[in-house]
Parts: sequence; C-alpha cells; structure tokens
Amino acid sequence: MNKRLSDPIQLVNLREEIIASQDPEQVCITVCCGTGCSASGAGDVMAAFEEELQKQGLEAKIATRRTGCHGFCERGPLVVIYPKKIFYQRVSVKDVPEVVTETIRKDNIIERLLYVDPTSAKKIVYEDEVPFYRYQERLIFGENGLIDPTKITDYIALGGYSALAKVISEMKSDDIISEIKRSGLRGRGGAGFPTGKKWEICRKEKGDFKYIICNGDEGDPGAFMDRSLLEGNPHSVLEGMIIGAYAIGATEGYIYIRNEYPLAVKNFSVALEQAREWGFLGHSILGSDFSFDMKLNRGAGAFVCGEETGLIASIEGRTGEPRPRPPYPAQKGLWGRPTNINNVKTWANVPLIINKGAEWYSKIGTKTSRGTMIFSLVGKINNTGLVEVPMGVKLKDMIYKIGGGIPEGKEFKAVQTGGPSGGCIPASLIDLCIDYEELTNVGSMMGSGGMIVMDENTCMVDTAKYFLSFTKEESCGKCTPCREGVDRMHHVLSEITAGRGKEGDIELLQELADYVSKASLCALGGTAPNPVLTTIRYFRDECEAHIKDKKCPAGVCKALIQYYIDPEKCNGCHLCFKSCPQGAISGELKSPHSIDQQKCSKCGVCFESCKFEAVILRR
Amino acid sequence: MVTKYISSVEDDIVGVESLLERYTPNPEFLIAILQDLQAEFHYLPKQMFLLVAEKLGLPLSQVYRVATFYNAFSLEPKGKHLISICTGTACHVRGTPRIVERLQDILKIEAGQTTPDRKFTLQTVNCLGACALGPLVVIDGKYHGRMTSAKIEKALKNHEQETQ
Repeated sequence: MNKRLSDPIQLVNLREEIIASQDPEQVCITVCCGTGCSASGAGDVMAAFEEELQKQGLEAKIATRRTGCHGFCERGPLVVIYPKKIFYQRVSVKDVPEVVTETIRKDNIIERLLYVDPTSAKKIVYEDEVPFYRYQERLIFGENGLIDPTKITDYIALGGYSALAKVISEMKSDDIISEIKRSGLRGRGGAGFPTGKKWEICRKEKGDFKYIICNGDEGDPGAFMDRSLLEGNPHSVLEGMIIGAYAIGATEGYIYIRNEYPLAVKNFSVALEQAREWGFLGHSILGSDFSFDMKLNRGAGAFVCGEETGLIASIEGRTGEPRPRPPYPAQKGLWGRPTNINNVKTWANVPLIINKGAEWYSKIGTKTSRGTMIFSLVGKINNTGLVEVPMGVKLKDMIYKIGGGIPEGKEFKAVQTGGPSGGCIPASLIDLCIDYEELTNVGSMMGSGGMIVMDENTCMVDTAKYFLSFTKEESCGKCTPCREGVDRMHHVLSEITAGRGKEGDIELLQELADYVSKASLCALGGTAPNPVLTTIRYFRDECEAHIKDKKCPAGVCKALIQYYIDPEKCNGCHLCFKSCPQGAISGELKSPHSIDQQKCSKCGVCFESCKFEAVILRR
Repeated sequence: MVTKYISSVEDDIVGVESLLERYTPNPEFLIAILQDLQAEFHYLPKQMFLLVAEKLGLPLSQVYRVATFYNAFSLEPKGKHLISICTGTACHVRGTPRIVERLQDILKIEAGQTTPDRKFTLQTVNCLGACALGPLVVIDGKYHGRMTSAKIEKALKNHEQETQ
C-alpha cells in the first residue's frame, strides 16, 4: 500500500482517522523502556505483561505500549496504566501477575508498588501527582510517555508533522526564520547561540547545496537527555530538522548519534524509514516542491566530535579534529558547503514553536533564555532523572522540590553543570535562577544540561581532577595549549590530591588556566579550565586544606585519609577480616579488630562491608 | 553474552569481503566500515586495514590514523569477558574510583588491559547514561547497579560461574 501523503489535507484526514479508531477509555499498560529502565529490567517486565495478558485471555482487550524514557529513572522500571495513569514504580517480573489480576481485572490499587512522597510520606496513585513530575513543565519531553517511538501513527495522532504541514502550506522561509527569531530559542547544545540568527546566516549564504546536521554526539558524562529524546520521540527531532531544512534551503541532512546509544540509533533509523514511507522525507514532501532527505551517522567515541567542526570532519570520514573558525560552518561546512548544525533538543523545540507560535513560546522562561530546558539531575540526589523545567528555575527547587533532596540526609555541597566545560556551583548560591547568563556569571555554563549534585562527602579537588583527566583523555592533541596545558594542570592537581601539593600551586593552576582557555583552538580546551577555576573560586579552603594541612575534608583522596576500627563499636564479627584483600586486619572472633596501617591499601572494602559502623574514616 | 574472536582475517575472509561490498568505494564511509567490522569481529586485526585502504583507495596511514583516533575501535582482541565500568560524573561522585582500583587489584591489570589468559578485559567508559543505577558496572552486557568495592568480587565470580 502506498502510504505517501501528497498534500497537507491528507495528513489532517489521516490524523482524524487514527484518533477515531482510538478508544480514549482503552486500558493500556505502558512500560518505560528507555535505557535506564531497561538496565533495571524493563524489557523482562514488558515481556511478562504480554505473557500474563495472554495467559489470562486479556490480550485482545488490554493494550500494551513500549515507550521511551519517562524521566524518573530513579524509580524504574516504571509502569503507567492508562487511561487513569496509575503509576507503579520499581516493578519487577514477579509483580506482573498481581498487577494484571488486581489492577487490570478488579481495578484494585497495589499499595506496595506506589511511590511514597518522602516529604509527606503519602502514597501517590496517579502519575501527575508525583512531585517529581508535578513541578516540571514537560513541553518537549512529555510526549515520551504517550507514544511508541517506533510507530509514526502514535506521533501523528498527537499532532505530529502538523508544524511541517503548516510551514509547507502557509509559510515562506523568511516567515519561519523570523518566527524562530522572535521565539528567542537559543542553541541547547551549550553555547546558547540564537537559533533563528544561525539559520538566517546559513540561509543567506550563497550556494545551491546546503546541509543541516543534528548533533546527537552527547558526550558530557552524566547527561543523557538527547539520547532519551532520540530514543523516545525521534519524530519530534526529525520534524524540527525538516522544517529547518525548508527554512534554510537545505536539501540534505545528517544526524550524528553517539555509537554508545544503540537504541537511539535504532529508533531514529526506524523513524527515518517511516518518514520516507509516509512522504515527510524524500522527493516533493507532502506534495510540495520541497525535497529533502537524511542520513544517519554513528559517532565513534570521541568527545571532541561534539564540537561542530570536529563533527563535520567525522562525518566526512576523517579524524574528528576541530579547525579554526572562521570560516564558520554556515559559510564552509560539510564538504565545504554552507551547513547549519543544531543540537537534538534545539531541533525538537522547532515544531512546538511553529505550532504554538513565537508569542506563546517567548512567554516561557527568562528575559534572555526562553522556553524550557531538559536537565539530567544525577549524582548525590534522591530522584535521579531527566527534568524539564522553564528556564529561570531556582536551583533550590531543582534540588529539593523535584530532586527530593540529598540521600541519607547529607548536606548539599555543590552542583556541577555544563559537563567538563562547566563548573561547580556552591550551596551558597542555591537561590540562583538557572539560565544561560546566570550560569555563565557564576563561572559555569548551561552546556547540554547535565546537573551533577554533590554532597558533603564529595571532594571538590578530586572532582576538578576528574574533569581534567576527562578532557586530557579527550583532547584531540592538535593544538599545544590544550594538549600540554590540560595535562600540566592535571599533573598539579594529581600532586595536590596525593598530598604533595606546594605553596603556589593554586596560582600556577590559575596561570595555566588563563593560557589554556585563551589559546586553545576550540571550546574543548577553551572551557577545560572551568571546573578548576570554579573549585578555586568557591572551594579555596578545601584546596588549601589539601596543600597546607595535607587533609581531604571530604574524606576522598586516598593519600590523605586513614581507616581505623573503633574498638567500642567493633564486636569482632570478623567480616572485615575476611573481606580485606590486603590481609591488613587482625583480631580474634568476638573481640575488637585493628588495621595494620602499613599493609592497608585504603580500598575501603572494610568500610563498606562493616555492618556496625565500626570502621571509621579519619580525614 | 560471551564474545568469540577470530584469530586472523583469513579465518573469515568471506565475511570481511562481503561486509566491504555493502559500501561504495567512497572515503566518506571509512568510519562506518570500521564500525561494522568492529561490531562483526570485535576488533580490527592489521590485515583488515590493508583491505579497507585498498577498497577506499586511501593510504594505509589514514585508515590507521582514524582507527586509532576513535575510542570505538579496538586493535587488540578483547578478553572472553568484558567488564565496563561507567566513569561518568554521577558514578564518579558515588564511588567509582574505588571499584576501578578494586578490579585492577583483583585482575592484576590496569583499566584498558586484558588479562594474559584472555579471560577478562577491563575497560572504563565515559558515561552509560543510567545514572540512577550508579556506580554502574556492566559485565558482558549485564548491568550491575549500585555497585561497591566490597560487592564487586562476588559479582564477578557469580558471573563467571553462570557463564561457564
């Protein structure tokens, strides 16, 4: 059957047909099958539901849906039962028969599987009432829970491709660009360049052949929102790209997805095939005279390819080394032709802006940063997950209202944003409103939206060293300031954490940071010193404690800590004795043990295995 | 899933050549070809570079340069069991370094190396994006979340027994 739609009216009719065929009261079991939930066993849970429904003869009556990431990874595997949106969390295979028998057949709620709000200790039945979701504004990410990412009809039913139909039937290139400009949308990849302006530059460039690229090489450790969009709602990104291509006048597009994201590659490939089949890609899209097609490239594991000129080199089949700009990709990009690159989230914002209008969009967020941003809230936080909030949200609300605070009642110390290019924001700035400018003002940056929470047991000097070891590894080595400078900075920090820090090391780090940030060829080196600079700026005491007192106040740096056993608390259970890999622990059964400091390698195994908190960490 | 390796390209020359045939001889496809070879054969023996260079009409040095630039390519066969430790920031602040050190100590190799008996390869990966489970260790594709340095030895032993 030829599914190709040959004009926008056919799309409207198709949508009506799909909606008419759907029963809003249909009971549907949706299981989040994003990477996080899958790692916790969501695939098995889904299979168990299918099997159980069959066993109980319900397979024709009850629908099931495999969705992309819902965002609340902490409580995965997540199951939401429509139409009531009953929310079950940490569901395992053995819970499945009971869910079918009790909830599906008899409409009974299984208390054990409900989420308990830690602040009110109240059990929550419905998804919308979970505080983690309630304080969010899920404009881009919300559809993930409603669609099967491998079914284009699910996307169309929710209004998918209506923005594309609108631009093709009613808008000229300039109208689209001015709409995007007026919306105030800025690049979600990190630097925050105004998207409309970027499109306009590429549009005005001379040349019959132009490209657009979607940068899905999400490399920041601790950030996985691009992946979740590509996995969970690939058509939203694709629709944004087709609109962008139409506005810019591009005839060919590329999407570059990290190789470590096999499910994103798979789901996006399926989306491309379906879009071609239905006439959203290819020759004369929706019957218009606009033709455009796309290719998918897999990244090969190089962080520097997130930089646009590095990414272009990689698509061309070369090593992903950045080159000096200008010329910018808008002038000379892929194969030397005008090219426009945007991040996954930026593209996904486009259909929304076209559908709802720039006026509506520009009312969300702050004066300089419009719209919402998807953050990955991870680290020492109770509710790990993906969070979509309007720009300008208070850090405090992120950590406590949405994030549910710090585990084990520990103290909030800092949050790191912007990945290896960003910095650490201390607890004293908890009232900060998060947008592009505010983050830059405090020495960090938006980056792709990673937000790593740290508590009192996180050493800031060790964290700075961690980021430098990352950038040191990922530096492509082409320019000397980045290759050598980052390496030197890493060496100085390693010495400090090893207890060999010297007076003047902080000043040396600052001096090196200045050279590296000013003289590096691309943003990788240019921003690499940020984590170190913010650590010095906000946690100077902690740096000095390492250098002068040879102490690690957080108890992380191995050379500066010691483990010992409190004889008052030790009941001689022998567990540490048995688990110590160095044979450094001695003591008779049922009498207090002790650690031989000469033999101890400070691996922490005794500390982690002791059930009586008798192993003490001396900082 | 335990990985099996070919010892040289000659073992499966038909496989390599049929894979190369899927592509037109355009240098643009260098990375894609290497990725497919890596996925199929789990590592890139030297002779493969010659075949790829010939196919695309590229100098051998360029193929080698690309293969050594990207982390996705391995020039050595890996061990029977692949242990990947996520070293993303979220896992790091939750205690990954202690687990890496413990594993290095157990296996007597550094991260990035393979044991001399080719039983285990220990590798660190930048971020697996399953931060809720951190610290995260993946052994032959199986996720072991909320890992500690005290639990890792047992997890490894159990896995070895299960896959024997």
